[in-house]
Order: sequence, then structure tokens, then C-alpha cells
Amino acid sequence: MTVVPEAREMSTAGAVSGVRARTTMVRPRRRLPFSPWHLVLIPATIVLLFPFVWLIVTSIETPAEALRFPPDLTPHVIRLQNYPDALAAAPFGRFFLNSAVVAVTTVICNLVLCAAAGYAFARFRFLGRTALFIVMMATLMVPFQVTMIPQFIITKWLGVHLLAGAGIGHIGALIVPNAATAFGVFFLRQFFRTLPIEYEEAALVDGANRLAVLWRVVLPLSAPALATLAALTFLDSWNNFLWPLIAINSTAASTLPLGLATFQGAHSTEWTLLMAGNVMSLAPMMVVFLIAQRYFVRSVAATGLTGI
Amino acid sequence: MTASVALRRSGRQGLSNPRGRRGRVESLTGWAFVTPATVIIGLFGAAPIIWSLVLSFTNDNGLTSGSAFIGVRNYKALAHDPVVSQAIEHTVVYTALFVPGTMLVGLFLAVAMNRKIRFMWFYRTAAYATMAISTISEALVFIWLFDPSFGIVNYIFSLLHIPQQAFLNSPGEALYVIVVMTIWGWSGFAVVIYLAALQGIPQDLVEAAAIDGAGRWETFRRITLPLLSPASLFLAVWLTINALQLFDEVYLSTRGGPLGATTVLVYYLFEQAFQTNFNFGYASAIAYLLFIVILVVTAIQFRVGRRFTYYRS
Repeated sequence: MTVVPEAREMSTAGAVSGVRARTTMVRPRRRLPFSPWHLVLIPATIVLLFPFVWLIVTSIETPAEALRFPPDLTPHVIRLQNYPDALAAAPFGRFFLNSAVVAVTTVICNLVLCAAAGYAFARFRFLGRTALFIVMMATLMVPFQVTMIPQFIITKWLGVHLLAGAGIGHIGALIVPNAATAFGVFFLRQFFRTLPIEYEEAALVDGANRLAVLWRVVLPLSAPALATLAALTFLDSWNNFLWPLIAINSTAASTLPLGLATFQGAHSTEWTLLMAGNVMSLAPMMVVFLIAQRYFVRSVAATGLTGI
Repeated sequence: MTASVALRRSGRQGLSNPRGRRGRVESLTGWAFVTPATVIIGLFGAAPIIWSLVLSFTNDNGLTSGSAFIGVRNYKALAHDPVVSQAIEHTVVYTALFVPGTMLVGLFLAVAMNRKIRFMWFYRTAAYATMAISTISEALVFIWLFDPSFGIVNYIFSLLHIPQQAFLNSPGEALYVIVVMTIWGWSGFAVVIYLAALQGIPQDLVEAAAIDGAGRWETFRRITLPLLSPASLFLAVWLTINALQLFDEVYLSTRGGPLGATTVLVYYLFEQAFQTNFNFGYASAIAYLLFIVILVVTAIQFRVGRRFTYYRS
């Protein structure tokens, strides 16, 4: 490497000036008017984006164009009719509404229940605290497939005997089992423990009760953690497929992934229709994601940094 | 003042004996706070773990109410079920390709994206966007891309004079197509994890290496890669757990076919429990097999991974 002798000279001159000198000396060797990394990133980005592009292109082709081989890379006629056709074939608006209701309710339930439990585990002393916490954490290690069958039986029983709206076939069945998660409890407990305890003490001295301390003092300080939990719960709920596949048996109660899968089963070769349906299924989440990209990315990164 | 003392004791300084009046009040408050979450997690998370273990020793078939204990007969049947051994093989092959594949793609993209050049926001957004797409949407797009007759991939193959492939219709290729689509789907996640880790690397270490005469590749291999090892371990474990639970893409694209070539463990479990028959007993045994596989693999990864993982603090 040609950098080596230059760098050696610089090391005697001190670190800071050395670095500055090195970067200025490298620059003349460049022949390109732009960073060579673009040459790597542009092809990579094309590969990453191509499925999205092709999805949209197919969704506005005529059925005959879609089945042409070699394919037309640019459609001659833009046929937006595929979208109304797809909507007529399957109620995507209904699927969207179901997905949204399930995801938003699940997020709210998780924030409330996990914050309460997480706060108690972080700050209170109560009989059985450690044992309960260990049992909860143990459930984190168990894959969903292990609990899926009893969960199905319990949900079925619940629907028949206690709460019809939470039984098999109703969207409540997608909310109740996920209304609180061990991950959420653990995640918020860890966060609450990092908060300075003095604010809470001051509020207690001023006569506030524990619930008021949590609501007025702790939660306002926990906005980043709550946003992270909300984003992760939302993504999980929105994309969940296996549990809705088992728990829901009607079009009216289907969420977007389930509705899309059923739609594919019924129209497996009508590619323009399928892709139009697919665009409608993924567009809402894509828009939310692009708007709140920073939050989602930070949240996903947080799982990696706190995970292990 | 007493409240403050109580809070301080309960919060930071470990557990002391929760007896006496104050302790009992705090116990009640504590339980009031944890009960709602405990009911949900207990009912849908904890109790089913034991329940499915019990089910795995029965011949429960979901529909008829009676079920009898049959001891370890389900587990014996597992050992002799040719579909199970095939499903394990498919699951292992899939995991062995998907996990390193996703990590390499993620590492490569993250290193390329860890710099301040123009349009970087666009490149990064393109990678992140794969996180927003559901497994079902992803699978549906890839079925179309890899369609044997009209798909664009076969068209690209024809331009490169590569023979046309049957892809998802071919027992020899279907699993690899699923590897490709899932790597694409998870690449955004891997990029986020690696980028976060890269940005946590103190620049002075990299600069010190350069000053000491290390080339770019040498710096990457000896400084960057070891400092990324906690992120790599996390990704390896996380991706493996998810890979062993592969289901959505298989369900949508092949339903375990062609000729059983993509029947992975979870798909077989689903088939047994909810598809053709309601073999809850046998399916629970498969679920426990999966659980044990995940536990063993994760334990090995931690054990081996620790040796190669460098923690700074």
C-alpha cells in the first residue's frame, strides 16, 4: 500500500496532524470526481430495489404484457384498472382496517401493561418478585411454535365461554394473546432502572401515589424507550402471519398478510392482479416506515445493542 | 421521608425482607402493577409451555374430546418418521446458507454505507426498506421474479446464456430460491445492526492502526472485524433462531413442495396440527423437537462465539 511510508513519517509528527496530512495527501491519487464507493453502492441498491420496481411495473401492465417473454421492461400502456380489479376481487380496505386495528390496539395494550409491570419489577419490592421475573424471562426463550397449539385451544375456549370477541375467528384473537409480552416487560424494566431515582422520590415525598409517579414522572422521561417498544410491537403485529393463519378463518377478519395469502391462493396466475394487491398491501407500511424511518431504524438497532 | 427511604431500599439496594406493614402494602401495590401483564403472559406464554409438553405425550387430535396418554410413543414415531428427518435436513441446509449469507450481505453493505458521501441517505433507505415488507409480500414478489415461464430472472439467465431453470417448481432448486428471498428480506435488518456497531467503533483506533502502517484490509481484519464481533454474535444467534422457524415463505411459495423438497420443521408441524389433520399430540412432539434443536444450536453458538467475541468494556 502506498499509504504506508507516508503514514510512517506522520506518526513521528503526532497523531492529529498526521491524520489530517494523510487525508490531504491521499486525495490527489483519486482519478474519479466522485467516491469510488458509489460504484459498489449503485449496483447493490439496484438489486435491493429491483423487486419493488418490478412489483410496481407488473401492477400497471396489462395481463397480456405481464405474460410476454422476453418481458417488456417498460410497459406500453399504463393500466391502473388492475387496482380496482384487485379491490373487487378481495377487500383490501377491510384487511388494512383489520391490520391497523390489531396493530394499534396491540401497541397500546403493550405500552400500558408492560410499563406497569416493568416499573414494578424495576422499583418495587414485593413477594415473589424474583420468581415471577425468572418465569417471565424463561418464556422469552421458547419459540412461538411450542406455545401455538395450547394458545389455539385457550383462545378457542375463551371465545366460547368468556369473551366472544377474543375467540377463534375474531380479530380480538390476534390482540389478546399479544397484549403484553415478556420482551416488553424486560425492555422497559431495564430502561426504568437507568433513570435517576431522585425525581420519583421527590414526587413521593410530595404525596403522589405510585401510579401518579409512573404516569407523571417516569413515563415522560421514557419517551425513547416507549417509542422503541411501540415501533417493534407494531412491526411484529403488522407482519405476523402464522398466528392469524391459525386463528382467523374468514375474509372479514383477515389481516393484510393473511388476506394477501388467501388472495394469492385464489388468483395464482393473474400476476397483474396479484401485484396490484401486493402494492396495496405493502404501501401503507412502506409510507409509515419512510416517514418514521429514523425511529424504526433506531428501534431495530436497539434490539441488537441491548440483546446480547 | 419514609416513602423516600422505602423507595430507595426497594429500588437499588437489592431485596430485603418484604415483611411488616409497609412491606405488605408495597407487595400489594407491586402485584397490582404486574397482574395484568402476568395474566396475559402466564396464560398465553408460560402455561402453554407445560401444556404442549403434556400434549406431546398424548394422542390428542383436537377434534374428538377424548385423548389418552401414550407415553413417549410420539417421540418414538418422530425418530422413525422419514418426513421428520427430511424436514430436519432441509431446515439445517436452509439455516446453514441463510445465516452466513445474510451476515455477509449485511456486513458488506454496512461497510460500504458507513461513510459520508452523497446520496447516502438514498442507499441506506433502499436497504432499510426491506425491513418494512412483510414476509408474505416479499414471497409473493419473489415467486413472480422467479416464475419459470414469465419471470424476469429466467429472462436475465437467457441474456447470459444460462439455461432456463424451473426454480420453485424444481425439487433441487426450490429451497435455494427461498434462501435468496429471505436473505433479501433480512438484509435491511443486518445492515441496521452492523451499521450501528460500525458507528460505535472509536475512530482513533482505526486511525492509530493506519498511523502504525496498517493497510485498509489489514485494519478491517484486525481492528474493525474484532470490534464488530458482538454484533456478529448477536446476528448469528438471532438469524439462526429465525431461520429454524422458517414458515411464511414456504407456506406461500411451495407449501413444502415440490415433492417435499422444502418441507421444513415448522411447516411439517403446521401440517400435522392444522392442515390435513389435527394431530395436536404428534405436532407438540415436533414442537418440542424444534425447541430442543434451537436451544442446543443457540448454546453452541454462545459457547463457540464467546471465544471469538471481543468485548471492549
